[in-house]
Amino acid sequence: MNFFRKTLDKYKPLFDKGGKYEKFGPAFNGFDTLLFVPNHTTKTGAHVRDGVDLKRVMITVVAALIPALIFGMWNVGYQYYNQLDPNNMPGMMELLGYGALKFLPMVIVSYIVGLTIEFAFAIYRGHEVNEGYLVSGMLIPLIMPIDLPLWMLAVSVAFAVIIGKEAFGGTGMNILNPALVARAFAFFSYAPFMSGDKVWVTDAGVDGVTGETILGSLAAGNSAGYSVLDMFMGYIPGSVGETSVLMILIGAALLLFTGVASWRVMVGATIGGAVMGLIFNAIGVNALMDFPWWQHLLVGGFAFGVVFMATDPVSAAQTAKGKWIYGFFIGLLAIMIRVFNGAYPEGMMMAILLMNVFAPTIDHYVIAGNIKRRKKRLEENLKAA
Amino acid sequence: MYKFAWFLKTINSNINMSQDIRIRKGLDIKLKGKAEKVISDAPRSKDFAIKPTDIQGVVPKLTVKVGDKVKAGSPLFFSKSNDKIKFLSPVSGVISEVERGAKRKILAVKITSDAKNEYHDFGTKNPSNLSTAEVKEYLLEGGCWPFIKQRPYDIVANPADEPKAIFISGINTAPLAADNSFVLEEEKEAFQAGINALTKLTTGNVHLSVDGNSTSFLNNVQGVTLHNVTGKHPAGNVGVQIHKINPINQGERVWTIAPQDVVVIGRLFLTGKYDATRTMALAGSEVDVPRYHKITQGENVAELLKGKLSSDNVRVISGDVLTGTSIGKDGYFGFYDNLISVIPEGNYYNFMGWVPFTNNTKFSMSKLFFSWLSPNKEYVLDTNLNGEERALVVTGEMEKVMPIDIYPMQLLKAAMIGDIEKMENLGIYEVAPEDFALIDFTNTSKIEAQKIIREALDIMIKEVG
Repeated sequence: MNFFRKTLDKYKPLFDKGGKYEKFGPAFNGFDTLLFVPNHTTKTGAHVRDGVDLKRVMITVVAALIPALIFGMWNVGYQYYNQLDPNNMPGMMELLGYGALKFLPMVIVSYIVGLTIEFAFAIYRGHEVNEGYLVSGMLIPLIMPIDLPLWMLAVSVAFAVIIGKEAFGGTGMNILNPALVARAFAFFSYAPFMSGDKVWVTDAGVDGVTGETILGSLAAGNSAGYSVLDMFMGYIPGSVGETSVLMILIGAALLLFTGVASWRVMVGATIGGAVMGLIFNAIGVNALMDFPWWQHLLVGGFAFGVVFMATDPVSAAQTAKGKWIYGFFIGLLAIMIRVFNGAYPEGMMMAILLMNVFAPTIDHYVIAGNIKRRKKRLEENLKAA
Repeated sequence: MYKFAWFLKTINSNINMSQDIRIRKGLDIKLKGKAEKVISDAPRSKDFAIKPTDIQGVVPKLTVKVGDKVKAGSPLFFSKSNDKIKFLSPVSGVISEVERGAKRKILAVKITSDAKNEYHDFGTKNPSNLSTAEVKEYLLEGGCWPFIKQRPYDIVANPADEPKAIFISGINTAPLAADNSFVLEEEKEAFQAGINALTKLTTGNVHLSVDGNSTSFLNNVQGVTLHNVTGKHPAGNVGVQIHKINPINQGERVWTIAPQDVVVIGRLFLTGKYDATRTMALAGSEVDVPRYHKITQGENVAELLKGKLSSDNVRVISGDVLTGTSIGKDGYFGFYDNLISVIPEGNYYNFMGWVPFTNNTKFSMSKLFFSWLSPNKEYVLDTNLNGEERALVVTGEMEKVMPIDIYPMQLLKAAMIGDIEKMENLGIYEVAPEDFALIDFTNTSKIEAQKIIREALDIMIKEVG
């Protein structure tokens, strides 16, 4: 590590103010701070600071994704071979390897495209590279169909970063969750690759493999076709990250324990989803409505969305009360869209994007309560005087 | 009859209870090197400096020039906006230098002491025999006015105002803070005299808050409304206490004063002298034997620190580590302070220092370090920023250390863009920079919250007044 430091120090003057490559300073600093927490000391304000920084927070979210990611890669292989010939399954490592070969290129493309744009904007704007994309770059491939062509992934990522984030002013300023912007873009632009019963298992349609999701078959009026244990463990078709509720819960445990993600949003969304599910159960006119409310929470993108998407602090509501409301409506709307949207039986993406748009409004009214309280106090004081 | 008396007593105690303050939102940062309760002798310096930069809301106008002889109590400068607000020399001697910065801004007026300790005599007074105007006149003349600060804005009070109340926080909850009950114990008489004077300045109450977990002479001070304060830092911040007792509304003024400064006022009435000596805690992990010392306002600390520091790469702070001013090893003790904190500088690189659950010698409010496992451990914290400034991403963390009923992040954002109406709505009048010190400390994005609030308050002074 001394070697790294010496090398970096040697080239640093070139990128500093007045240096030959001054313009590329932000990019250089981006690499520098990835290797070393810098030697910056406090100049104004409090002289000591909490150990936490944004990089540590973001890396924690990435770490929370790892269980779902590894299981998801295994499941890619499992789904493929299971539908091919359940009696002739390769070993676990082979399944994992098969999935990794399919999935890792997506991760690499997502990071290369996204980070290149982030660095370019940092250089263009002359600010430091923010760590936000470390998480978005991992989320995007996890919520895409496994067979999505890489160029489509690249275009979706570029759209999400440029239009979804940088157009609003970069990290911390975006209204919508960038990962979901990427998915929504792909969904509307490349619909045949993003929906239907052929995309959620790799090479579906070839060799007699089918890959209908549970929600898909329910929407068609059929039964779920999988056991509750399958749903919970994640032995079902779907995008890579979303299938295993168990693995998502492990990630959620890390996020909740460290306080990185808001428990209010998670609990609110779960309650919202349950309430809507119960209402539909009571009505129960079709297979989707009849599907038990608690199983609604296990299938599709619900769990993944609640834990990793809805909790994105930038696009979520920012006040404590607002987070409850925001979370509740995400859960409620996700199940509602699922049931009513015949063309595409999943509602999580739409529910979160919709509530992203409403989050500032929710906060506005929560804060208005605080302002009102203050004004009332003033009025009372004036009356008393 | 007995029952009725009991009933009254219960109601009464309930009313008193409601005046007590318990703070749940906050953070106690436990640092190594708390001062032992012993007052030890220290060599006195001959160099003194009064720094206008310590004083908010005052543009100084000099009344002395280099070479002038001054007594302790002779004016050095006054406030440009009100020439009655005078700033006095804490010692007798000769003006040695007027240090100026950019645009000839006065940074410090330096005095070389002649060790004669000649005091200007203002004549002793008994505040109970004086009118409000006479008390004000005497405090202004005797150089004690700058100790009285005004909320909103946290600036030196305007003598023409009539505050709705005066607040004194008798409890320090900041890291390594001096223990008031120990420091002021031998100043009981002066403290009471100071309180007697302050009660003349308002038709409202003089509120004194004390540590709810212990009793000291402060519990027996006469003429004040007493409040027991318990809980985490910033429970000791006077702004937090004001908010809980009698919050400031738009257009209102309250005054605050630190207990060590009440003593200086008391001495003026009792002895007729401007005597700004204090008992100060010298604390911090880099001090070999952290103890209390006698020091005078504006005194140079080089002599005091000589041989007492365990390392060379340190930061010397006049005040506490959250709100104090870095003064260097040969700097001057602050105008209002009663603490010097010495902590290590943190100018080092940390290889992959961001990996979660590593570098556990650092303290964090988050659970991304293991510091939550040992809540009573005393930490050695350095001045490393532990990261770089970033956009505001994480939400909800500022609220955890803000016991005042405001939305800190939204207020900071309004302050950043200088939106006056929004700031008013969000409660800018109720806060001072020190109330945002813990946000400086905890926020993941390393935003300089105190600086943003100070600048916003300065805008408010200019635009609203």
